[in-house]
Amino acid sequence: MTKYTNDHEFVREDGDVYVVGISKHAAEQLGDVVFVELPEIGKSFSKGDDMAVVESVKAASDVYAPISGEIVAANAAIVDEPAKVNEDPEGSAWFVKIKASDPAELDALMDEAAYTAFTVES
Amino acid sequence: MTAGAAAVKAAAVMGHMLMADALRTTPLHALHQRLGAKMAPFAGYDMPVQYRLGVLKEHLHTREKAGLFDVSHMGQAFLTTTEVEKGADGAHEKIADAIETLVPGEIRKLKRGGMRYSVLLNDAGGIVDDLMITRAAMAEGDGVLFLVVNAACKENDYRLIEETLEGRARLDPLDDRALLALQGPAAAGVLNAMIPGVADQKFMSMRPLEWDGAFVLVSRCGYTGEDGFEISIEAKNAERFAEALLAHPDVAPIGLGARDSLRLEAGLCLYGHDLTPETTPVEGNIAFAIGKRRRTEGGFPGASIIQRQLGDGPQRLRVGLEPEGRAPAREGTEILSTDGAAIGRVTSGGFGPTCEGPVAMGYVDASHAATGGEVHLVVRGKTLPARVVDMPFTPHRYFRG
Repeated sequence: MTKYTNDHEFVREDGDVYVVGISKHAAEQLGDVVFVELPEIGKSFSKGDDMAVVESVKAASDVYAPISGEIVAANAAIVDEPAKVNEDPEGSAWFVKIKASDPAELDALMDEAAYTAFTVES
Repeated sequence: MTAGAAAVKAAAVMGHMLMADALRTTPLHALHQRLGAKMAPFAGYDMPVQYRLGVLKEHLHTREKAGLFDVSHMGQAFLTTTEVEKGADGAHEKIADAIETLVPGEIRKLKRGGMRYSVLLNDAGGIVDDLMITRAAMAEGDGVLFLVVNAACKENDYRLIEETLEGRARLDPLDDRALLALQGPAAAGVLNAMIPGVADQKFMSMRPLEWDGAFVLVSRCGYTGEDGFEISIEAKNAERFAEALLAHPDVAPIGLGARDSLRLEAGLCLYGHDLTPETTPVEGNIAFAIGKRRRTEGGFPGASIIQRQLGDGPQRLRVGLEPEGRAPAREGTEILSTDGAAIGRVTSGGFGPTCEGPVAMGYVDASHAATGGEVHLVVRGKTLPARVVDMPFTPHRYFRG
């Protein structure tokens, strides 16, 4: 099941780690992505820390860690070809994989229905 | 993520709520909405930031074919001499002498229908606005200049011009006219099919013409680095004129987002960012706008300061910057020398879709302004190497006959 933050990151369970990226809605709002900066593997973040950067032609945005944990993978394909983020944001254009230090943090995040309602409201 | 884009959107939404009454619209507002534009407040107007293509494709479309821009928010005005009869012998010299007390440009030598990029100055030689000044095309229009100024500056500009030129000239803002820009390699062919003859019109010239019964002022100029035109047309005819242009398969509507990335790649200044009341035309690296005669004669605000800078060189200079790698350096980014000393700031920066990489311009201490020099940019706390480069970043492709 995919969960979402107020800041438009998604988190999806994938075996014993979590796949993290930006939502389809966020990618649409950003417009054409031209630059992505990802954290190094092995780095640890607390929930809410600046973790990555995504920039479109229009603006730069921080991407926050949606859960606490250690980076175990970073998607080099989107660094090489940032436009992939617009093509498949919640699929092949994931940002990082995180080994969660407190999986219970996911309970506080929105499910897809709640997130959709949230994006319509805002 | 903190969507910067979401922040832009939120600002736009708040703009609507807080300024619903104050926000002005252009004669093409309904058309923008029909075309699916994302609208946002800009200089007091509700303007299209992008259409369905998005900023990147709109930018590339303009460089490959032709883009249609609504620039009706800009101020259009006629400035007419009151010292002699319009059309009389010497009427042009009268109005030229008057406006030359405010700008450093060579206006006297403009031929009928000729136009110049210039700047309004304050007493310190700082730039109050940049503008286009065009001499009327017909002999009977001698003594009249057509001015196009920035939207955000127009009230101030008009007040400055009226107060300074009281008793010499009358300013008539043309609030009932729209201004459209058609830019790109296909622009001449497209417009020539609607208004025969414009394809041969000289760069930086204006002609009064007719389209389908509507009186239009067609200028061969623009702000993208491409060949193109700006067309002034009465508000009531603007929408059908825009729709006739858009009916051509090579023409797409282009928003302010791509207008900004196009002018940045072309090395052109955005007033309020790259040029301000604190920068002179010499520092701003637009000294070409200072006429040769005027460099010695002076007679414009801040002349002694500007003449000294022309002689001795300015303390700081606007330069092009090419960051290594892919990270864009945005406005406000600090510029350091390679040994870590603060030497300036980026005033415009982003991703150049045609350059396929980051491009920026900013002010640096004159000792670091030489082409090819290495500098450092502080982006999100990290130091990124960049090189001082000549502008434009993409070659200008103006019509040279």
